[in-house]
Amino acid sequence: MKTLIIRILLTLTLLTLSGLPLLAQAEGEDESQWTSHLKNQFFGDRPISEDHEAIEITAPYRAEDPALVPIQITSKFPQTGTQFIKKVTVIIDHNPTPFSASFEFTLESGKADIATRMRVNAYTYIRAIAETNDGKLHMAKAFVKASGGCSAPIGADSEDAKARFGKMKFKFDQDKPTLGSANPVQLLISHPNITGMQMDQISRIIQPAHYVTDVKVSFDGKPVLTVKGDIALSTDPNFRFYFAPEKAGELHVDIKDNLGQQFSANQSVNP
Amino acid sequence: MRDLAPKEPPTPSPMPSLAKPFCNHLKALSLLIGGLGNLGFSSHPIAEPLAIKEVANGVYVHQGSHLLPNPQNHGEIANIGFVVGNHCVAVIDTGGSQEQGQRLKAAITTTTEVPICYVINTHVHPDHIYGNRAFKSPGVEFVGHYRLAAAMAMRAPYYLVQAKDQLGLTLNAEDFVPPDLEVRDTLDLDLGGRTLHLIAHPKAHTDNDLSIFDTASETLWLGDLLFMGHVPVIDGSLLGWLKTIDQLPSITAKRVIPGHGPITALWPLALAGEKRYLESLAHDIRAAQKANKTIEQAMNEIGQEHRADWQLFDDFHRRNIASGFAELEWEDPSPEPPMKNPGRSNP
Repeated sequence: MKTLIIRILLTLTLLTLSGLPLLAQAEGEDESQWTSHLKNQFFGDRPISEDHEAIEITAPYRAEDPALVPIQITSKFPQTGTQFIKKVTVIIDHNPTPFSASFEFTLESGKADIATRMRVNAYTYIRAIAETNDGKLHMAKAFVKASGGCSAPIGADSEDAKARFGKMKFKFDQDKPTLGSANPVQLLISHPNITGMQMDQISRIIQPAHYVTDVKVSFDGKPVLTVKGDIALSTDPNFRFYFAPEKAGELHVDIKDNLGQQFSANQSVNP
Repeated sequence: MRDLAPKEPPTPSPMPSLAKPFCNHLKALSLLIGGLGNLGFSSHPIAEPLAIKEVANGVYVHQGSHLLPNPQNHGEIANIGFVVGNHCVAVIDTGGSQEQGQRLKAAITTTTEVPICYVINTHVHPDHIYGNRAFKSPGVEFVGHYRLAAAMAMRAPYYLVQAKDQLGLTLNAEDFVPPDLEVRDTLDLDLGGRTLHLIAHPKAHTDNDLSIFDTASETLWLGDLLFMGHVPVIDGSLLGWLKTIDQLPSITAKRVIPGHGPITALWPLALAGEKRYLESLAHDIRAAQKANKTIEQAMNEIGQEHRADWQLFDDFHRRNIASGFAELEWEDPSPEPPMKNPGRSNP
């Protein structure tokens, strides 16, 4: 009898032990949200190929700060009349709001690269789905281990952060842009981008969601980058992208948040 | 500057400890919760006293260890302790779990018969506050930075999930005991024969850092404003922390107790390592931004020369860069950053 119990216990232990790696793997490489509904929700029954022909995505495997995860999407070809990327959509499977951002590019973008910082709430795939001018969809994905990025406290309530609310600035890599080619530029937006998930269990006060929903960058009136944002964008949204000026002109940005507040900024570009 | 100089007692002298219990509703609530807590622990009525050392007359410290919080150590990793006066004991930080709080309490009751009047939290981090609940009882006042309650409230939902996932602790909202006495600038607590001078600092390690100076032994208790051995972790403001580090030496003390590191160290020499690391971080991030480097490049390249100096470097350094980078992007004037602290002192 005693041996039987020991055997049962042993079997149970072994089962548990052998089950662990499976469980970890299932948790680690979970495609279920995507296959069960996310894909259909955002792209219907359109085919999406994971072919690495249009874009690559780079994100840290282990996110040191889940509220500030750098994500880079790199295009495989320049924006030309015959071949270009129209739009890249970023979906974070296990975030409370999986839709994280979308980025629309034009020929004036020069190159459809985008780098930004996002909140990641769980161990999850981050997917970038690019739509090329031929209407095809190409997906690249990266797995990120993070937790709590969306409910992590926001330090953007300080006096200096309030004072610069709505301020924006452009930063260039070079002093002067090169005409006729894609030039990198960075847009910094001072905005707390509050997720609305910082629920206060003690006072029952919720910091209401307050985040940037629209960013429109144009050069001389022609769109360069159009962003739809959501709560996944980190505090002080930051975008690195390209624009291809043919002559001197003005970069212009308009942003809008979910409370209807609007801000804009200009930056003259003199080659 | 002025705020940091220890003052003579005149600021609100505390109520005599016996007159306290009926102050407000919180107290009534604390009675109830304290009772419930005791019920929960009735199977272990006497906790094993935590190992402590007396670093100065009446000043006792338990040394934490340089570990990441995990289910084995339940986040019991910080230096915590207490100060014994003639009439009152003040607890300074309560540890990473209610159990560690119980053990600290056991260490106090085996050390002295003087009652516990105050429980001071140096800041909101779990390894310093999760033992609070063990001390909830009539006559005990919780003391913290005026932003501590808000920080606890903001972080509680996130911390509850983390406690379950990463510490193996099941906590609820009652484990976050907000301060009864809030320190806006400074506050003196009279323990009988000795006064604790508390200073609420602007945003540095967190936005709710409190330092404690014991006038009798001239001991400065810095909480996580001072890391030694364990790499500093920025959860407030890199520049704010550097500013605080510049001001702290105006306090004249015989010794300092860091939040992580040895139980006592020489003052202000003990600040040097942390200062060197944070200054170098700020300098290198500014330089990276001036050279138009990306946050990813900065996270990969900056500060690797400090690895050998610190434990848990790989666990927090990149995160420090990321948060410092995001902060310094909005430093004014950004194109030509002022280089007030031109980097490391001794390469």
